[in-house]
Amino acid sequence: MKKTKVLKKAKTSRKAKTPRKAKTPKKLWELRLYVAGQTEKSVLALINLKKICETHLQGVYSIEVIDLLRQPQLAKGDQIVATPTLVKKLPVPVKRIIGDLSDTERVLVGLNLKSLR
Amino acid sequence: MTKKNSKSQSQTRSQKQNSQPADIPKVKTGIKGLDHILHGGLPKGRPTMVCGSAGCGKTVLAMEFLVRGVRDHNEPGVFFSFEESEAELILNFSPLNYNLPELIKNNSLRIDCIRIEKSEIEETGEYDLEGLFVRLEQAIDEIGAKRVVLDTIEALFSGLKNQFVLRAELRRLFHWLKAKGVTAIITGEKGEGQFTRQGLEEYVSDCVIFLDNRVINEISTRRIRIVKYRGSMHASDEYPFLIDNTGFSVIPISALTLDHKASKERVSSGVADLDEMLDGQGYYKGSSILISGMAGSGKTSLGASFAEAACKRGEKTLYFCFEESQDQLFRNMESIGVHLSKWEKKGLLKVVATRPSFYGIEMHLLQMYKEIENFEPACLVVDPISNMNSVGNFNEIRAMMMRLIDILKSRQITSIFTSLKSAQSVMEEADGGISSLIDTWISVREVANGNEQNRALCILKSRGMPHSNKIREFILTAKGVKLVDIYKTSSGVLTGAARRADTAARAAGVIASGLNKGGQP
Repeated sequence: MKKTKVLKKAKTSRKAKTPRKAKTPKKLWELRLYVAGQTEKSVLALINLKKICETHLQGVYSIEVIDLLRQPQLAKGDQIVATPTLVKKLPVPVKRIIGDLSDTERVLVGLNLKSLR
Repeated sequence: MTKKNSKSQSQTRSQKQNSQPADIPKVKTGIKGLDHILHGGLPKGRPTMVCGSAGCGKTVLAMEFLVRGVRDHNEPGVFFSFEESEAELILNFSPLNYNLPELIKNNSLRIDCIRIEKSEIEETGEYDLEGLFVRLEQAIDEIGAKRVVLDTIEALFSGLKNQFVLRAELRRLFHWLKAKGVTAIITGEKGEGQFTRQGLEEYVSDCVIFLDNRVINEISTRRIRIVKYRGSMHASDEYPFLIDNTGFSVIPISALTLDHKASKERVSSGVADLDEMLDGQGYYKGSSILISGMAGSGKTSLGASFAEAACKRGEKTLYFCFEESQDQLFRNMESIGVHLSKWEKKGLLKVVATRPSFYGIEMHLLQMYKEIENFEPACLVVDPISNMNSVGNFNEIRAMMMRLIDILKSRQITSIFTSLKSAQSVMEEADGGISSLIDTWISVREVANGNEQNRALCILKSRGMPHSNKIREFILTAKGVKLVDIYKTSSGVLTGAARRADTAARAAGVIASGLNKGGQP
């Protein structure tokens, strides 16, 4: 079921690259979102992520979406077990945030944008 | 010995399942003895749970399953490690001759480390473990793996918080593995009151193997038990197993039966005079001989003489020494003209010297079994079996002896056991209650005479042959063991110097006839 929606997926990944190109000079936040096919969870995760980034990191972030069904060999490098997983590559320390990113507070904590009270 | 933690509901369930008559397709593990107790191997294309506490050998079993799959059955395998990295695993397995780097190089083995760092992970909302599935599939397909190990998947539980997701996904994973058609081993840490900490046996319910490392009297023994096996018969006892530089081995000892052949062939005892007492021909080939006696009565000398004679006939001989080192044994036996070292150099004699307290009693048996398997001797000496007292009680020694003698008889190995008897002990007890298992029983004792302590020997029993009923004096000379008639005179039994004086006097013709000489042999 997941594999049938590959076409749509390609669109999202192109979309994801657009802001990255535009704001090349001050990319301080390098984010990678690993998904497995075009599932409800992965779509939701990308929407949530964009929303958060636009609110908190406008102009200083890049998002790369990796579909593990199309590039399974990439799962090993970032030690991906759960999907969706958001990996904050930069700034260090590396952090993994798993789930559909629906809990904005926790995402912000995970991104070290907010400390946990 | 109490069997704790073994009464879980899965066990009773398994008994119902095992009543099916026809066996399911199986995959040979290739591990010595394990296939035997599994009645052929692990269930083909299904996951098997291997559980036990830390350090009981789960990872070794799992790795050997893969390595043997590659070597013996040409089946590639993937090892998913949730604990150790690839480099660590290769290093840890280097003492075992698995040669992992080469297997990895020619794509017959893959080690994939799946690391979950809790501190790096934040959970927000819904997720699944599709990432894990993708990785498993990728690795399995890459080398066309038929065998898969997940060691230990429970590590996921410490990394991820959402138990509901985890359990649902694990259930899906095990179904997925089945659908993939790979034979898998999943390891799990032993939990309180259940086989694994997270109750994984609920999901992997086709075959459950339990490993145990028990310490009794400060000596640890590893044991393995097949807890359940759906759709198949299996041996249900606990079996000792061993991990050494050749890997994992299990002995299905109690699977032996009383149906060995009895040979009519005879072998020399290594002492001409003793052969004479045994119907002039010595022991039966493949029989078991017990030599019992007190300290210093010459048991080892008889054992060594037998070993030397066997080597002279060109028969391989295995000598288990529980008191002396090999060097010490060789030196001491030189003094009575028994030269063992040259046979050792020629490869006909093998001496295995260990302290009884080195292992538990089961372990000794296993070790002996392995040595017998590898060396394939025709004759065997255990010197002395009574030293096992320090590691086992009466019943355990008896059970061990029974199994050992069964192994030896089924292979037609002539074997000598020496047994040390303390002055006070009842005969039966001192010999580990093994006399009923023994075909020929020779007793050596000390006879005090005048100001001397001399040795005397008699045959207490020797099944299936006429044998001398005489007690004879037993002399250790520089040319080996000699048995001479005991002189009985009017002043009593003469041994040692008194006997010599009497013989000399007789030869000189001084002593009048009328004194009785001991009976003819």
